[in-house]
Amino acid sequence: MSAPAPSMFSPAAMEVAQQLGLKMRRANLDEFADTLFGLARADRNVIAVTSDSRGSGKLGPFGKELPGQIIELGIAEQNLVGIAAGLASAGKIVYAVSPACFLTARALEQIKNDVCYSDNPVKLIGISAGVSYGALGSTHHSLHDLAALRAINNIDIVVPADNFEARSAIEVAAERTKPLYVRFGKAPQYQIHRDGTEFEIGRSIRLRDGGDVAFIATGETVIHALLAAESLRGKGVSCRVLSMHTIKPLDAEAILSAARSCRAIVTVEEHMINGGLGEACASLLMQAGVTPRLKIVGIPDEYTVTGIQADIFRHYGISMEGLAATAQSLLR
Amino acid sequence: MSLTDRQLQLKSLRLRRRVLEIIKHAGAGHTGGSLSCLDILNVLYNRVLRVSPETFSSPDRDRYIQSKGHSVEALFVVLADRGFFPTEQLETLCRYKSHFVGHPTRKVPGIEQNTGALGHGLPIATGVAIAGKLDNKDYRVFTLLGDGELAEGSNWEAAMAAAHYDLDNLTAIVDHNTLQITGRTRDVCSNEPLDEKFRAFGWDVRIVDGHSIAQLTEVLSTRGSESRPGVVIANTTKGRGVSFMEDVAKWHHGVPSDAEYAQAIKELEDAIARMEGEEEGKRKNDIGKMGGWPS
Repeated sequence: MSAPAPSMFSPAAMEVAQQLGLKMRRANLDEFADTLFGLARADRNVIAVTSDSRGSGKLGPFGKELPGQIIELGIAEQNLVGIAAGLASAGKIVYAVSPACFLTARALEQIKNDVCYSDNPVKLIGISAGVSYGALGSTHHSLHDLAALRAINNIDIVVPADNFEARSAIEVAAERTKPLYVRFGKAPQYQIHRDGTEFEIGRSIRLRDGGDVAFIATGETVIHALLAAESLRGKGVSCRVLSMHTIKPLDAEAILSAARSCRAIVTVEEHMINGGLGEACASLLMQAGVTPRLKIVGIPDEYTVTGIQADIFRHYGISMEGLAATAQSLLR
Repeated sequence: MSLTDRQLQLKSLRLRRRVLEIIKHAGAGHTGGSLSCLDILNVLYNRVLRVSPETFSSPDRDRYIQSKGHSVEALFVVLADRGFFPTEQLETLCRYKSHFVGHPTRKVPGIEQNTGALGHGLPIATGVAIAGKLDNKDYRVFTLLGDGELAEGSNWEAAMAAAHYDLDNLTAIVDHNTLQITGRTRDVCSNEPLDEKFRAFGWDVRIVDGHSIAQLTEVLSTRGSESRPGVVIANTTKGRGVSFMEDVAKWHHGVPSDAEYAQAIKELEDAIARMEGEEEGKRKNDIGKMGGWPS
């Protein structure tokens, strides 16, 4: 008999989630696919470009109903991005959908030149990002993408935390005339945001306020920060939690405000600790002369531990328990 | 009024002189490749492309994307000649805050895409051609590739896709000057035979003398066979028009010394004078045949 796969959440974390009334929803990937399908039905200029990735991107039904709006290029990510740029330059609303690991490494030069430098407003959609592919190994992880794209001019970067943020990012993208990168995973997510929350690229969402520690988290790590904040509340530690869904442009005002209001900052990301959200915050704060205690939580610069996504998160302390412990150690 | 083949040949000579002038003035530039592709661009912009400064923002315009972006000096002088911007602006080539950098950018009127890294033009052109098909537009898309550039694998990814999507509105032109920066392309890492490769990828292949105005006009004015993308392999001479630059790899990029520049300009001006003289003689002859000036 095979052992059950470890969950992304410990029993204690799931209990905290329940106390907070959080509901488990579907994967951001599914939310993306349905949102894009809806956009494409409403506007025949909306085009999905795929690199043998319609299955991984959950775009099978899209392809069946709207075959004229999906451009399949086979396993050729450089071509995927170049063709997407050409389509966008001719007025199409283009979503280039490919696993984040290949999209942002294999086709990095096409992103830099054909999309960003040439100002062709492609929406680059990195699916199964971070360590979503877990046990498939580092070839399939994208722990470099935020750092790589942060160093390129003329692209915004969004990492949605839950279905609401994923849907909002995909919808907002359709109207934008600037290149955009959105990346997410394929595991089911708790619904973090209340209905009626406002979403704006470049403006983080404050989930709770507190004066001891600020968790500044992005993407699918936000839930772990929120649970950690709740667990710390019982220990008399009050935490601010920001969902920093946009990595570029960074919400400087919210980060500075958090740093001025709290004694310590913990940044959290599903990305290597080099060049991602944490370093962006540290750079901003140092240059503003605001220097709280700060810890960058992410994947360290080492041969990534093997295992499924849940194993990797837990191993590197991206969990309720791990983040709570990190926060407490900063306060000591 | 449309220009005759001879008038276009004369224009090519004058544009070659202009290429040398701006490269010498800037102190930088890709001389050899600009001279090899100049006749191709001259024919495209004067006879083939349905685009002008007035129609450049039209969604129905023909597109030209220069994948071998380093030969931008040829494109600049042709665009200036076609009135996209005053030719005096080329005096700012490679200068502080100039839009005229050493590779194409969209800041310059008439330029479609920012290129320069090799292996990018064909995928982008393929995307534009797919959009044309989706929108039932009849514009054509052209891209210029170097033969050395065809070592970049992304070209062949796009070649497969263009054939798969039956893009007969797409024409790739290979500036087949057989040299790259290190030497002969076939010696550096051979990608020959190019015609058989493109045929195997499902393309309509035509081979022409890339300095023949008549041959270039014929193949570029017509689409390849129905439902297949077309490639024109234009056999050219790198450094064409300047004796000591012709077929010499070191002129891939290089600025002539003052003495070399004087010689190069003299050679081109002599050729221009010869053609102008012939044109004048031909004109007089034509008038004579007509029975002299009307009284």
